[in-house]
Amino acid sequence: MVEEAVSRAFREEGPAILATLIRQVGDFTLAEDAVQDAFAAAVATWPRDGVPERPGAWITTTARRKAIDRLRRERGLADRIERLAALAAREGSDPLSADDADLLSDPAAGGLTPIADDRLRLLFTCCHPALSLEARVALTVKSLGGLTTAEVAHAFLVSEPTMYQRLTRAKRKIAAAGIPYRVPPPELLPERRDGVLAVIYLVFNEGYAASAGDRLVRGELCGEAIRLGRLLANLLPGDPEVLGLLALMLLQDARRDARTDARGEYVALDRQDRARWDQGRIAEGTHALNQAIAARQPGPYQLQAAIAALHATAADAAATDWIEIATLYAELDRRAPSPVIRVNRAAALAFAGAPEAGLELVRPLLDDPRLSAYAPLHAAHAELLRRTGAIDAATAAYDRAIAATANAVQRAELERRRAAV
Amino acid sequence: MQYMLLIYTPADTPRDASTYGAYMAFTEELQASGQMVAGDGLEGIDAATTVRVRDDETLLTDGPFAETKEMLAGYYLVDVPDLDTALGWAAKIPGAAFGSIEVRPVMVYDRV
Repeated sequence: MVEEAVSRAFREEGPAILATLIRQVGDFTLAEDAVQDAFAAAVATWPRDGVPERPGAWITTTARRKAIDRLRRERGLADRIERLAALAAREGSDPLSADDADLLSDPAAGGLTPIADDRLRLLFTCCHPALSLEARVALTVKSLGGLTTAEVAHAFLVSEPTMYQRLTRAKRKIAAAGIPYRVPPPELLPERRDGVLAVIYLVFNEGYAASAGDRLVRGELCGEAIRLGRLLANLLPGDPEVLGLLALMLLQDARRDARTDARGEYVALDRQDRARWDQGRIAEGTHALNQAIAARQPGPYQLQAAIAALHATAADAAATDWIEIATLYAELDRRAPSPVIRVNRAAALAFAGAPEAGLELVRPLLDDPRLSAYAPLHAAHAELLRRTGAIDAATAAYDRAIAATANAVQRAELERRRAAV
Repeated sequence: MQYMLLIYTPADTPRDASTYGAYMAFTEELQASGQMVAGDGLEGIDAATTVRVRDDETLLTDGPFAETKEMLAGYYLVDVPDLDTALGWAAKIPGAAFGSIEVRPVMVYDRV
C-alpha cells in the first residue's frame, strides 16, 4: 500500500518535482540527489506516519530540505551561501508550504501553472542543441519519463554504466557550459521547439523500430514518446507542429500490433490485418491532426500525420486515397527535398494509377550512385514498370531490389511480388 | 559567465579589407552591448614559435604546435548571462561563416 503510493508518486510526480527542484536549487545533479533522498525518506517514514495527503508536495518540500543539507555539507561551492539563503527564504513555518501546494495544483486549470513551466524548462534544457543528440535523447527520457537509469540503458541497448556515464557527462556539461534552465526566448523558440520535437520523435522511432526480440522493453519507448508529446501539447497549447507530431505518433502506434505476425515477423502495411489497428489511437490521432490543421500553418509533422491518417482510415490498401498521399509527399519534398520522400511519392503514384508520372520521378534517382543499393527505390521502380506493362524490365528491377535487401522477411515479400509480375 | 570564443579559420584564408571591415563592425556591436571583455586577431602561423621545456632545457620550434588545416586566428572574451547568449555572439563572428568558433567557458576557480 505504502510502497505503491511511493512508486506512484515517483512515476507520476517525480519528473515534475525534479523540474521544480532544479529551478529552486539551480543545479541538475544536486536536485536529482535531493529528490532521491526525499523518496528514500518517504519509504522510511510513510509506513509509520501514513501517506501524506499530497505526496508530491511532501516530496518537494522534503527534497528542498535535503538539498539544503547537502549544500551545507559541501565545501568550496562559490555560490553556496547565496543558494542557501534563497532556499531558506522558501521555507515557511508550515511543513507543506503554500508554495508547494500551489506548485502541484492541476495544470489543466488553464494557463501555465508554475509546475508546468518547470517541466517545460526541463524539457528545453534536456533538448539543448549544445548537448550531443544521444545525450539529449537519454536525458529527456530519464528526466521527464521518470525512468531509472537501468531502464533507460535497457531501452537504448547500452550497458548501465555506459548510460550512467552518458547522463553524468550531459549534466556536467549543462552546469559547466552554462546552459540556461529556461524556456527559450521568442527569437529562439521556433528553432528550439523543432529540436524538442526531433528528440521526441527519435525516442518514438527507437521503440517503433525495435525488433520482435526486444519489443516488450523497447516498445515502451513509443508510449513514453507519446506521453512526452501529450505533455508538450499541454504546455504549448495550440502549436500546430506539436499537435502534428502527437498525431503522427498516435497514428503510427495504432498499427504497432499489426506490424508483426504470430511468429513475430514484420508485416508490410498493405498486408496488415486492419482489425488489429488500435481504433482509440486512431481517433485520438485524427482529433489532434484536425486541431493542428485548423491553425492553417502546415509543417512537416502535420504533413506526415496527414499521410498516416489517410492510411489509418482506409478500409484496405486499394481503398486508400493514393492521389492525396502523393500530393502530401510532393509538398513534403518541396519543403525539404529528399530522395527518400521522392521514392515514397513515386510509390504512391503507382498505387494511384499514375505510373508514368511516377517513372518520371524515379528516373533521375536511378542515375544517383548513392542510391544504387537503396532497395525501396528499386521496389518502387519495379512496381511502376509492372503497371506500365514493361514486364521484363519490372522483373529485372525486382531482382535489383531483392539483391539490395538484407532482411529475410522483406526479401520474401519482394520475391512474392516478382513472381506475381 | 565568461566565455572564450576561439576563432578557427583555414590557414590560407586571405586577410583583406572586407574581412577587416566585417570584424570592425562586429567588434563595435559587441562593445556597444557591454558584454565584451577582450578580443584580438592573431598574426598568421608563419609568425608562430612554439616553446617546450624538457629536462630544464628550453626547446623552440618554428611554427604552430600542431600542423592543422585550421588555425587559431583570433578570439573574443565575453561576459554574458548564459551559453545561449555566447552562442549567439559566436554565430555573428565573421569567421563563423567560413571557419569554426569554439565556445569555451572560462574556469571559475572557486568551483574547482
